[in-house]
Amino acid sequence: MRVLAALSGGVDSAVAAARAVDAGHEVVGVHMALSRTRDQFRTGSRGCCSIEDAGDARRAADVLGIPYYVWDLSERFEETVVADFLAEYAAGRTPNPCVRCNEHIKFATLLDKALALGFDAVCTGHYARVVERPDGTRELHRARDAAKDQSYVLAVMGPERLARSLFPLGDVASKEETRREAAARGLSVSAKPDSYDICFVADGDTQGFLRDRLGSRPGEVVDASGEVVGTHDGAYAYTVGQRRGLALGRPAPDGRPRYVLRVEPVANRVVVGSADELVVDRVHADRAVWYDEAPADAEVEVQVRAHGAPVPAVVEAADADRVRVRLTQPLRGVAPGQSLVVYAGTRVLGQATVTASERATSPARATA
Amino acid sequence: MLPGAARVLADELTRTGNPSSLHASGRAARRVVEEARERLAAALGARPSEVLWTSGGTEADNLAIKGMFWARRTQDPARRRILVSAVEHHAVLDPAFWMAEHAGAELVLLPVDHEGVVDLDALRAELEAHGEHAALLSVMWANNEVGTLQPLAEVVALARRHGVPVHADAVQAVGQVPVDFAASGLDALTVSGHKVGGPGGTGALLARRGLELTPVLHGGGQERGVRSGTLDAALLASFAVAVDEAVATRETVAPRLAALRDELVAGVRAIDPTAVLRGPADPARRLPANAHLTFPGCEGDSLLYLLDSAGVEASTGSACQAGVPRPSHVLLAMGVDEDTARGALRFSLGRTSTREDVTALLDALPAVLDRARAAGLAGRATAGSGVA
Repeated sequence: MRVLAALSGGVDSAVAAARAVDAGHEVVGVHMALSRTRDQFRTGSRGCCSIEDAGDARRAADVLGIPYYVWDLSERFEETVVADFLAEYAAGRTPNPCVRCNEHIKFATLLDKALALGFDAVCTGHYARVVERPDGTRELHRARDAAKDQSYVLAVMGPERLARSLFPLGDVASKEETRREAAARGLSVSAKPDSYDICFVADGDTQGFLRDRLGSRPGEVVDASGEVVGTHDGAYAYTVGQRRGLALGRPAPDGRPRYVLRVEPVANRVVVGSADELVVDRVHADRAVWYDEAPADAEVEVQVRAHGAPVPAVVEAADADRVRVRLTQPLRGVAPGQSLVVYAGTRVLGQATVTASERATSPARATA
Repeated sequence: MLPGAARVLADELTRTGNPSSLHASGRAARRVVEEARERLAAALGARPSEVLWTSGGTEADNLAIKGMFWARRTQDPARRRILVSAVEHHAVLDPAFWMAEHAGAELVLLPVDHEGVVDLDALRAELEAHGEHAALLSVMWANNEVGTLQPLAEVVALARRHGVPVHADAVQAVGQVPVDFAASGLDALTVSGHKVGGPGGTGALLARRGLELTPVLHGGGQERGVRSGTLDAALLASFAVAVDEAVATRETVAPRLAALRDELVAGVRAIDPTAVLRGPADPARRLPANAHLTFPGCEGDSLLYLLDSAGVEASTGSACQAGVPRPSHVLLAMGVDEDTARGALRFSLGRTSTREDVTALLDALPAVLDRARAAGLAGRATAGSGVA
């Protein structure tokens, strides 16, 4: 196959590309430039996401002996991922930009362009497994290494795009194995630190980024009874379940810590309460993507955070667009805007975007 | 690399000796360096004493912009304006921008017409209004992207009236068109080794005797104290041979490449009538070996990939350090819009280029353009799935 290997400049994508070469594919490396500042004349201090990353990607391509290109997808990235990130926070929700990037950039713009240029598939360094069924259709599964598993952020791509994707790292036992393999292959990025932050928030200061782009909007922090207990600089900067960063004037009557229960963007109000008040056991989500038929009345596992543990649940209702699940094991703090990914064991059944959550049954002990 | 230049390089590399040393091997090395200086000067119509060795075209351009600015402003503090054409190579533009940001210079970008030719009326108006404040003027001999030859005789005549020294980056011109430093009336001129089939890491600034230049590199005082640094006899000997050979064979090579280029352009336009040749329509006013075309609806990077897969090596123009293709500042200055500029492709023919190479390109082009147009649409804002 002709395979386009997305090279971020990190160790995972480099080893993934190397494995695609080993598998006998005709591989071309592409580094996506996702952010920039527009400046017609200057070569100095350009806003390429990171010149170091692009250089590392090029070096990896050279070591693998594959052609290397940089594709400027920054305009599209700004229009989709960054704009969505800001709009979601502004609307009081908590977006996951990596999910949106997979949805709009990696497995959309990049993949579409690759297919148009005559490639058969796109290869990335994501940790997830693809299992082919006898009829040729594919299933998306969790990676062998549960600690690195990225099926949660990939689920959004859907079955058609999965059919055009390669994840050669789904079977590695651990990140250490990937690093050892990179070193053995002479890839200089073998010891490069992992990236955790949001790539377009360069200094990791998400709050500062939001304040810069959305402006300061002071408002009130209230408790469930509506009593004002503090102030904030912009309700958008808060996320359900958040405890730190709440500048509350006085302690709760019961002296227990308070958490963000709800963000009300129109009223520009943040509602806080106790940990118990965060507990939910029913989640509503829309913009569903299913790999097969929408599951109904099925016992499943769901995950609502990129680094959260899956919990048992029952799909109460599901159609092509929406899904409602009841959590057999209640959760604390499910933020609207996050992805709800539905699993049967290691297999991804589908995903949707959380719109609301509630407590349907009497209070029980919850896990965070 | 030209075979003669490679041979000289290999021969000289086995010798030792610092040309600045006084012992026998130093003297031998010095002789090699000075013979190279004489050879290069003779090939370019300069005096040997006018040759300042540098590490390449970029350093020579930096020395010209910074050195001429500082020297001229020291003589006359009112002269702070740096005049450069808007289509200069980054090795000229960026030092000029840097001087404006960090050294108190005022930068004046001279506009060009739709063929990339510097606007002489604008230059005349600028000099008449602010000529006594101009420190220097830099206009390239030939543009590296679209191949436009600049009207340097007129530029020099205008500048001279106002006492403004003129530099030209001639990196693209040497070996392609006649370059005679003395006849040009220029005060400084940049040449580079690797563009003429010489070794990388070599270049020179030809600086008219009497032109004041403030050093940029300080140290041991080599090169009249203007450019310090130990000289590499082997590299310089090879560089001079390459320039000599490129100039000596120009009269036979250039017409052959121009004919091939015309064939290439005609062939491309027969395949795609929407393709537009950028730069002067008149072949006599552009570099013989350059063809620069824009293909509507195509992204340059798609074309590059598809042609490369078909065994044709082209270039989109210029790339930043990270290799991000951007709309060329040259095309934008010529009035080309950003979307059109993204579909630019530059074909450079070399001494080894043949008719078969052109045929191979033309054979591959129809399929390449089809694919690139499909991909161009996929890459645009309308693409993707399920965008909320």
